Amino acid sequence: MSTLKITPLVGLEIHVQLATRSKLFCNCTVEFGAKPNSRVCPVCLGMPGVLPVINKRALDLSIAVGLALNCRITRHSKWDRKSYYYPDLPKNYQISQYDLPLAHDGYFEIPSNGSMRRIRIRRAHIEEDAGKNIHDTPGCTLVDLNRAGTPLLEIVTEPDISSANEAHTFCTELQRLVTYLGVSEGSMQKGHMRFEPNINVIVEHSGVEYRTPIVEVKNLNSFRAVRSAIDYEISRQVAGWEADNDYVLGNRPNENRGWNDTRQVTEFQRPKEAAHDYRYFPDPDLVPVEIDDHWLQRIRSEVTEFPLARRGRFVAQYGLTDADADTIVSDRATADLFEAVLDTGAPVSIVSKQFVNIWLKIANARHTTMAQLGVDARRMGELASLVQVGTVSPTAANQIAERMPDTADTPEALANSMGLVQVQDIKAMEKWLDEVFAANERTVQDALTKPKKASGSIGFLRGQVMRVSGGKADPGLAGELIEERLKKMSE
Amino acid sequence: MTLTETIAAVRAKRCSAVEVVQQSLDAIEKHNERLGAFISVEGERALQRARDIDARIAKGEPVGPLAGAAVAVKDNMCTAFGTTTCASQILSNFRSPYDAAVVERLEAADAVIVGKTNLDEFAMGSSSENSSYCPVRNPWDTTRVPGGSSGGSAVAVAAGLVQGALGSDTGGSIRQPAALTGITGLKPTYGRVSRHGLVAFASSLDQIGPLARNVRDTACLLKVIAGHDPRDSTSVGCAVPDYTALLGADLKGLTIGVAAGDFGKGLNDEVCKAVEAALGVYRDNGARIVEAHLPHMKYAIACYYLIATAEASSNLARYDGVHYGVRADRHEGIVDLYCASRDQGFGQEVKRRIMLGTFALSSGYYDAYYLKALKVRTLLARDFEAAFEQVDVIASPVSPVTAFKLGEKIDDPLAMYLADIHTTSVNLAGIAGLSIPCGFDADGLPIGLQLMAPHFAEERLLAVGHQFQCLTDYHTKHPPQST
Repeated sequence: MSTLKITPLVGLEIHVQLATRSKLFCNCTVEFGAKPNSRVCPVCLGMPGVLPVINKRALDLSIAVGLALNCRITRHSKWDRKSYYYPDLPKNYQISQYDLPLAHDGYFEIPSNGSMRRIRIRRAHIEEDAGKNIHDTPGCTLVDLNRAGTPLLEIVTEPDISSANEAHTFCTELQRLVTYLGVSEGSMQKGHMRFEPNINVIVEHSGVEYRTPIVEVKNLNSFRAVRSAIDYEISRQVAGWEADNDYVLGNRPNENRGWNDTRQVTEFQRPKEAAHDYRYFPDPDLVPVEIDDHWLQRIRSEVTEFPLARRGRFVAQYGLTDADADTIVSDRATADLFEAVLDTGAPVSIVSKQFVNIWLKIANARHTTMAQLGVDARRMGELASLVQVGTVSPTAANQIAERMPDTADTPEALANSMGLVQVQDIKAMEKWLDEVFAANERTVQDALTKPKKASGSIGFLRGQVMRVSGGKADPGLAGELIEERLKKMSE
Repeated sequence: MTLTETIAAVRAKRCSAVEVVQQSLDAIEKHNERLGAFISVEGERALQRARDIDARIAKGEPVGPLAGAAVAVKDNMCTAFGTTTCASQILSNFRSPYDAAVVERLEAADAVIVGKTNLDEFAMGSSSENSSYCPVRNPWDTTRVPGGSSGGSAVAVAAGLVQGALGSDTGGSIRQPAALTGITGLKPTYGRVSRHGLVAFASSLDQIGPLARNVRDTACLLKVIAGHDPRDSTSVGCAVPDYTALLGADLKGLTIGVAAGDFGKGLNDEVCKAVEAALGVYRDNGARIVEAHLPHMKYAIACYYLIATAEASSNLARYDGVHYGVRADRHEGIVDLYCASRDQGFGQEVKRRIMLGTFALSSGYYDAYYLKALKVRTLLARDFEAAFEQVDVIASPVSPVTAFKLGEKIDDPLAMYLADIHTTSVNLAGIAGLSIPCGFDADGLPIGLQLMAPHFAEERLLAVGHQFQCLTDYHTKHPPQST
């Protein structure tokens, strides 16, 4: 058999839970993990006589995503009912948007193999979430409707994604985008993002292209599952075609499949042809949504700069590495803080290092974000400036930073009180050198006799000087003195 | 006593609210078995509220504009007291956790709700025979229907059991029973009255309105229940005029439009004559009667029965025996639970309409039926807009026939649907429609005149109706044995 050329075609349907305080059509609080059926009212319970009233915040947030995804915003949009019977759907219809989605025809650029790939966005529409059926009691199903009516944005891409890795990148970048915009918490644990990839492959054999039937993998809730399920499906479909050349679109049904995380396989659920007739029709209880220029302008001005653009600007304007820019722009508050620190006049090279190496670690250790550490831009700027003028060493700055969230003291005051003001006194330095050279004879010998190891050894000795000095030594001066002393010894 | 007289009497302490309510309760006790107007009566609660009103009047404290009036609401409006059944078995045990907006407004105005009235199940019908409890009977002749679906509310007023009542009108359900029982009924403009708490039949057509003995009482009730409600996105914010104060508006130069040609097929001769006589009354008082051109009117019934059933099939999906209401005893699995509960819980007419609507919305049929009906609806609304550029109000019969015998049409749903010929177009266009008594047939059964006005022109409609009642006495006639 001649070699096959395989081109996967993957499109994604992604549900993003919008970070509104109340539900989409009533005043109930959106809250994860509350006591079952404690965040409900007649509206989200679908009691007789109730009417939905749209949460405008959900529209604001969705427009922001639409703009960030370069979509066209539908100026005249509406609500439709999607009918199906299920116990977790109290009205037995879901309020959604069918033929006039809020946003459509956009694109999202993601990094792929060192360049940017443009993935087209077909549409993004708002809908209400269903509740949850709980099957853990034998013989009965319990229904928790706390989640019923939670606002979701469903984003649908064109099948422009060509690998599991690319899909994975798309999902993580989208998570970054929505959290950055503040439109979603994007928490995977709380089910804020759910993914449904549509997958098929083009098999090219002897110059002829064959397309396999399309498989939709339902309800994935982790990035890892997205990658694994797509990889699995690509292999399964290629193998399926190899075993049966009639396994092609049109001759075999499209399918819905589920991901079995334990067995790491997809499992057949139902053929697409048996899809429900959802009997969509416009919801007569809600008025259409008219989005005027003023409204769009307001959202545009709230969403100043989208993360990808900002990342690019940070690289170009501040000379950050891609990796550092990536970290700093990961959420909007951090990026805003970074620029606020620079506005104090602090040097960008030191500030960026401190953000990535110090502040991020402190924030992570405290399970919070840099913006919420309790250290404002002014004090962060002062710390960077202390390093720049040599008052404290970068190592000492670490120690000072550790203390800063718990005190309102300036970094300079902390440097003094902690005894970390850098010592440039040669006598004191010589004393620390004596101590280090005496305790590390072997390394000193290496530095003298093994040219290949020399620079590593010098680095080690300098580190030891910093250690015995308690971070007070000026590392530059220490390095110079170490080299001088070694030179003398070798003479 | 009329509503207006009762309120004045209570306010002037000529009688107490307790006396009014007790009288109402006694009358219900005496006549309800014969008439079937009420599904539930909240006597003790009503008396308690009446005592509270009397106490406030005695102390000289302010009371609401409807203080002391005994009223009834159709049992498809949610009340936090008693049950809200929609005359259906599937909600026979249903107790709403909240009050409908209109119930809040009535009670805030110190009206006393004495009970909840019978109707065609989920308001689907034109005879009030489709109640799963008992049919409502016409007090003018108890072998005849009172019309529907607000038959219970109409009969409660016509028989003098209450001074006023609320009904809901999706395709004529206030106006037609008002006509068949000889009282006044108003279907307000869509969006004039909040639907919050009205159990939906067809959301884009449903509207709550008052039924009373005359136009003045009707205006008085409308003033209380009208107005914007943030809980209903389709309710409209425009100001609520003082309808009673505007009843005497100058009607010089009034132009009344009459649908071109005859009033449609199946029109009873006596109804035709009474309506023409009513137009004569207006003409004699200076009104100009002209032809109104409504070319799409002939599609109204077909259009109505597609839209109404489509919306109903969706609105009634929630009654599945899972979360509330009646659940079938024996079932195997969830699908069987749905099927059995709905099979046992819904009556024939409701099932028929759910099936019609489900079909109309199905993939492959949507464009031919529902979508086309929406387009016709737009054309019909434009017909009215154009007509109202030439005329102030449009007149027609309410029903082509007077009250028919119980059982006479129940096995011929199509004949029953066709009798809605004059009323459905008002709901489709979303405009206001008023039904006032304009005569009696040879059997002494009441005949109604329908007047229609543009969106939010209720004050014009009521003034025109009031003028007729100043010149005639049909509205003062009461059925035998009434109180």
